[in-house]
Amino acid sequence: MKEQDIAILEQKFQEKIDNDIKIEPNDWMPDAYRNTLIRQISQHAHSEIVGMLPEGNWITRAPNLRRKAVLLAKVQDEAGHGLYLYSATETLGADREQTIDDLHSGVAKYSSIFNYPTLSWADMGAVGWLVDGAAIMNQVPLCRCSYGPYARAMVRVCKEESFHQRQGFEIMMKLAAGTPEQKEMAQDALNRFWWPAIMMFGPNDAESKHTAQSMKWKIKRHTNDELRQQFIDVTVPQAELIGLTIPDPLLKFNEATGHYEHGPIDWDEFWEVVKGNGPCNKDRVDARRKAKENGLWVRQAALAHAEKKKLRKQAS
Amino acid sequence: MNSLFEYLLRLGDDSLILGHRLSEWCGHGPILEEDIAMTNISLDFIGQTTTILELAGQVEGKGRTNDDLAFLRFDKEYRNLLLVEQPNTDFGFTMMRQFLFDAYRKPLFEALMKSNNKQLAAIAEKSLKETKYHLRHSSEWVIRLGDGTEESHSRIQESLDTLWRYTGELFFSNEVDAELTESGVLPDMSGIEAEWKQTVDEVFAMATLTIPESPWKFEGGRIGKHSEHLGYILTELQYMQRAYPNMEW
Amino acid sequence: MSNKDNWPLWEVFIRSKQGLNHKHVGSLRAVDAEMAVENARDVYTRRSEGISIWVVESNNVFASDPSEAPELYEPSDSKIYRHPTFYTVPDSISHM
Repeated sequence: MKEQDIAILEQKFQEKIDNDIKIEPNDWMPDAYRNTLIRQISQHAHSEIVGMLPEGNWITRAPNLRRKAVLLAKVQDEAGHGLYLYSATETLGADREQTIDDLHSGVAKYSSIFNYPTLSWADMGAVGWLVDGAAIMNQVPLCRCSYGPYARAMVRVCKEESFHQRQGFEIMMKLAAGTPEQKEMAQDALNRFWWPAIMMFGPNDAESKHTAQSMKWKIKRHTNDELRQQFIDVTVPQAELIGLTIPDPLLKFNEATGHYEHGPIDWDEFWEVVKGNGPCNKDRVDARRKAKENGLWVRQAALAHAEKKKLRKQAS
Repeated sequence: MNSLFEYLLRLGDDSLILGHRLSEWCGHGPILEEDIAMTNISLDFIGQTTTILELAGQVEGKGRTNDDLAFLRFDKEYRNLLLVEQPNTDFGFTMMRQFLFDAYRKPLFEALMKSNNKQLAAIAEKSLKETKYHLRHSSEWVIRLGDGTEESHSRIQESLDTLWRYTGELFFSNEVDAELTESGVLPDMSGIEAEWKQTVDEVFAMATLTIPESPWKFEGGRIGKHSEHLGYILTELQYMQRAYPNMEW
Repeated sequence: MSNKDNWPLWEVFIRSKQGLNHKHVGSLRAVDAEMAVENARDVYTRRSEGISIWVVESNNVFASDPSEAPELYEPSDSKIYRHPTFYTVPDSISHM
């Protein structure tokens, strides 16, 4: 295609975006838009799948039948969400298994929060309340993303996730109102997950290399710092309500702006974890790789049987 | 001995322990779709455990809840089959264990729907719907793996060779069954074993699998004599309740 | 892992209740149609979203070309006489 033609197509494409007309799989789109989406959606899918592991860690130790069923259903939802999102990447021509292999080889990233260990039952509360809470903040605007299949997957994900945060808060609430050991367990979980949770929104806007273009394409609707602020503003009063303390001595409410101001974020830690040096990076990726490798003979057998069945049917 | 209580523990503990085993797969399945499918089955079992052990607590009449029964008994007080406590090993082993159990559970629940105990009959009716789907799922996998590749065939045949010795216990019966049959709580159960055998034979024929000739049969779970595996299951299952006694979660 | 070990992709359509059309909800992997229906049941109806499922192997979906949209769809825009609002009838007439 001539450069001039591409310029016209790009202009028409941007006009559609500006007019809030969704882009659908077979429509023309700039390669950079396609690649940005594949990268973002597959990272999102990997985060859902890797995110099954820290919570999966407590399924067999859940304290009662109700909690066990809820946790299992929640972790299962994450598998479902990963699947919806992989489906969306496949509409862009990406192959699901290839993108999964990129995760296993370390080429593809996922949310750093899942590289922290879950050390107590209270972590199931903290993860649901803070991690899912932060994820929802990020995801709700994605329901209006310019790419149709991603937006539709996110509508489904957000609908299903609404119980995830609630069940997490419920766990924390119960612990905070429980015995001194339980309250301590809850506070300890909040201490460990607070900072990683607010880092989930990504680097400060000034450092975020993809934000401007993604906002122009309406893949992203708010900046990292806007979302982080929104999260802090809604979460701090929730902690206060159940008598837990946010582990940030510099946190204070600014009457003039109506927002909370927080202490400095340890971005060195953030980048170390992104680079693969978090406490659980290796365990998480190894677990996923092992699942795929151990399942190979199963997937091959299922295919072989389906092929034989087809041939038998044709022969008869 | 309270025979109905004892019988409900058998049903509830089978669901509890097998559901626990299946839940260990969550996040580690051979493909995402199957991960989700196995978790659905596990959730069905946890749901069954919840209602069956609740009824057991009522029948016992000592004020124990389903959670008390699930989390706070000693290992020899559990009444599940040895079959369901066997480790997951690999996906084929898990599906074979599941199939041998589902093929027994289906006719069992069909029979229990005719119990003169209305609550038990209602549990059986609801659970039967779930069990039919479980049986469909596990038998399809046994067929796929048996008929699939050379590797899958030999792996699932080996699983069958290992697990077959635990199937005799499926039809265990003692004075508990005698008393409940007498009182009409248990309807006629005589057809269950034959139906189970028929299902097993049909599926193994399609899967090209052979039933091992070993006469060796293990039993003991129904009277609280378990394999070494149960202790480790309970170590995890009961961890919170034992480490933090008498707390609400 | 090579591509030959990949399971085929299927498109999933769900009827949410009697009286409504099947509607496209997404895709999944399965080795055959039977497995695709079962996987769709587990993936897409966990919250009672459906009472009937259709699956179609994605390869078998033939789609119209978006670049041909102008010649395919725009000509009907000018045929406004196909819509009841094109016609005027006196206000006093109802049920028409």
